[in-house]
Amino acid sequence: MSQSARIARDARIEAGSRLATGKIVDAINATALLEAVLRPGDRVCLEGDNQKQADLLARALAAVDVARVHDLHMVQSGVVLPEHLDIFESGVAKRLDYAYSGPQSARIAKMLFGGRIELGAVHTYLELFARYFIDLTPEVALIVAVSADRDGNLYTGPNTEDTPAVVEATAFKDGVVIAQVNEIVDKVPRVDIPGDRVHFVVKADTPFYVEPLFTRDPAAITETQILTAMLAIKGIYAPYGVKRLNHGIGFNTAAIELLLPTFGEKLGLKGKIATRWALNPHPTLIPAIESGWVEQIHSFGSEVGMDDYIRARSDIYFTGHDGSLRSNRAFSQTAGLYACDMFIGSTLQIDLDGNSSTVTTSRIAGFGGAPNMGSDARGRRHPSAPWLKAGEEADPDTSKLMRRGRKLVVQIGETFGDRNVPMFVEQLDAIELAEKLKLDLAPVMVYADDVTHIVTEEGIANLLLCRTRAEREHAIRGIAGYTEIGRGRDKKLVEQLRARRVIQRPEDLGIDPLDADRRLLAASSIKDLVHWSGGLYAPPSRFRNW
Amino acid sequence: METLSYRHATARRASGTKNIALVGVVASCNLEVLVERVLPDTECEVAISTAAEGFGKVWEAVVADFVERRSPGGLRLSINDGGARPDTVSLRLAQAVRTIEEDAS
Repeated sequence: MSQSARIARDARIEAGSRLATGKIVDAINATALLEAVLRPGDRVCLEGDNQKQADLLARALAAVDVARVHDLHMVQSGVVLPEHLDIFESGVAKRLDYAYSGPQSARIAKMLFGGRIELGAVHTYLELFARYFIDLTPEVALIVAVSADRDGNLYTGPNTEDTPAVVEATAFKDGVVIAQVNEIVDKVPRVDIPGDRVHFVVKADTPFYVEPLFTRDPAAITETQILTAMLAIKGIYAPYGVKRLNHGIGFNTAAIELLLPTFGEKLGLKGKIATRWALNPHPTLIPAIESGWVEQIHSFGSEVGMDDYIRARSDIYFTGHDGSLRSNRAFSQTAGLYACDMFIGSTLQIDLDGNSSTVTTSRIAGFGGAPNMGSDARGRRHPSAPWLKAGEEADPDTSKLMRRGRKLVVQIGETFGDRNVPMFVEQLDAIELAEKLKLDLAPVMVYADDVTHIVTEEGIANLLLCRTRAEREHAIRGIAGYTEIGRGRDKKLVEQLRARRVIQRPEDLGIDPLDADRRLLAASSIKDLVHWSGGLYAPPSRFRNW
Repeated sequence: METLSYRHATARRASGTKNIALVGVVASCNLEVLVERVLPDTECEVAISTAAEGFGKVWEAVVADFVERRSPGGLRLSINDGGARPDTVSLRLAQAVRTIEEDAS
């Protein structure tokens, strides 16, 4: 029996131990530690999550001697920091499997076109975590936590995020786990990662970086976005009775959150919709929480400035005995997949079949959680009212007892996005990109057969009710407004679809576009959100103007 | 700067007696609409001055739909556009007509 992986692991730990006192390594020796532990061609997870970043370890990796450490295969959720790509420029890393690349989306596109990165695949989070256990198991994981004790027990604080999944896959399969922490303490407030799974701990001089990804300033919400939010609440949330859901991070869904205590209340929907969530701690949900709309929220990660509010609202959020949020991306993504009846989010491009993508020829933002949230779980077996209703609309002929339900997957946006770029296109840029890069698959975020509704300021298209491809195309053209796709519609066909409620205009739902007023928002500024939170929400300085 | 102008026949006169109204703001991605009751009851004119060039077809479609939906007979609407999106334009045009109709007594 060969135990070569275990022997190699022990040799790595042995080499690293020369730089450590127990498990603790000085920050100045971080690069030397990585040079001692890493081997050329290793599969490495450098923890870059949706939010928190192992920034010290990223800098340390970017500084290694390329003669000693090269051709690494990076397997990580987020490509977020410049160092995440610098290592490909220098030759330290060669191959990449990832899920999300928001802030680096333009540079990653350039490097892929330039052949500097050998791309494995762009994943959704849960899919990448799954592969950690099958064919992308890291040999070394470089992770990040708030604090550690001398035994290596880690406290991840509110941003636990991906860490448990990464550590589980690495530590139990002969891998080495190196953690950077903000501080070393005698006793951690809560053990999020047991110390026997952690081999080295590096104390960083500055706290790790966290990106405030989920803060949307109510002041920037437009009347058109408010109109789309009104349509979604009255035309989808209400008739399906959607209680369990996930929201994307755009301004349209922020508007929905801020309309629940006003417009939603007026419609008598409190307690009937939007009570249970898989959701990051969105500041724009504070007014709904404070108005008693929300029963429970499980989070993928935390959000900058929300800690004290969450602590005070442990009746709503999942928290440890220390009062701080316990987030977990793998579990929350699973919750979004199996236990939510709706996903609603924005996109950049939708084609005539209803496929959508956030990839453009110059930006490859990756997917994050959207393909998982925005897909029908084929393994789902428990019924719920919205799931059954959507299933019936899609397939009225199959007998009730044998019919699958459907998850509601809603794409919401304005017909024209930033800089007057139309959301509706003949062909996704993702296809051109896939051809240029010779990929096996175009990076599609949500496939057409998963999308159930599209909402724009022109109305709602219910794709569940479409019976042919031509109907589907015209349902989409019918709400595409003045885009070229929209202007290419056959007015008669669109009116027929409207008669069947495949298309619903604002007036069909009793909504006057002139009522889409910013005064409908429960909070019209970040400052209002602070007031709603009783002064507990502490927004990052870039969102303060007072 | 591009200037565009559309003249349409309308089904009926915009109600009310108010003769002038102003909605919106001149700002990036926004627009200001000055509406005046100066034309015969069966006519409407929309004059546009826009910072974004090359969107003539979109303007034509937005204005045609607006006239069909609101029948703004007798009104001249002068738009000072800062590159607003069509949805914002439609909204401001509707607001302009409502303002000149609502405040009349």
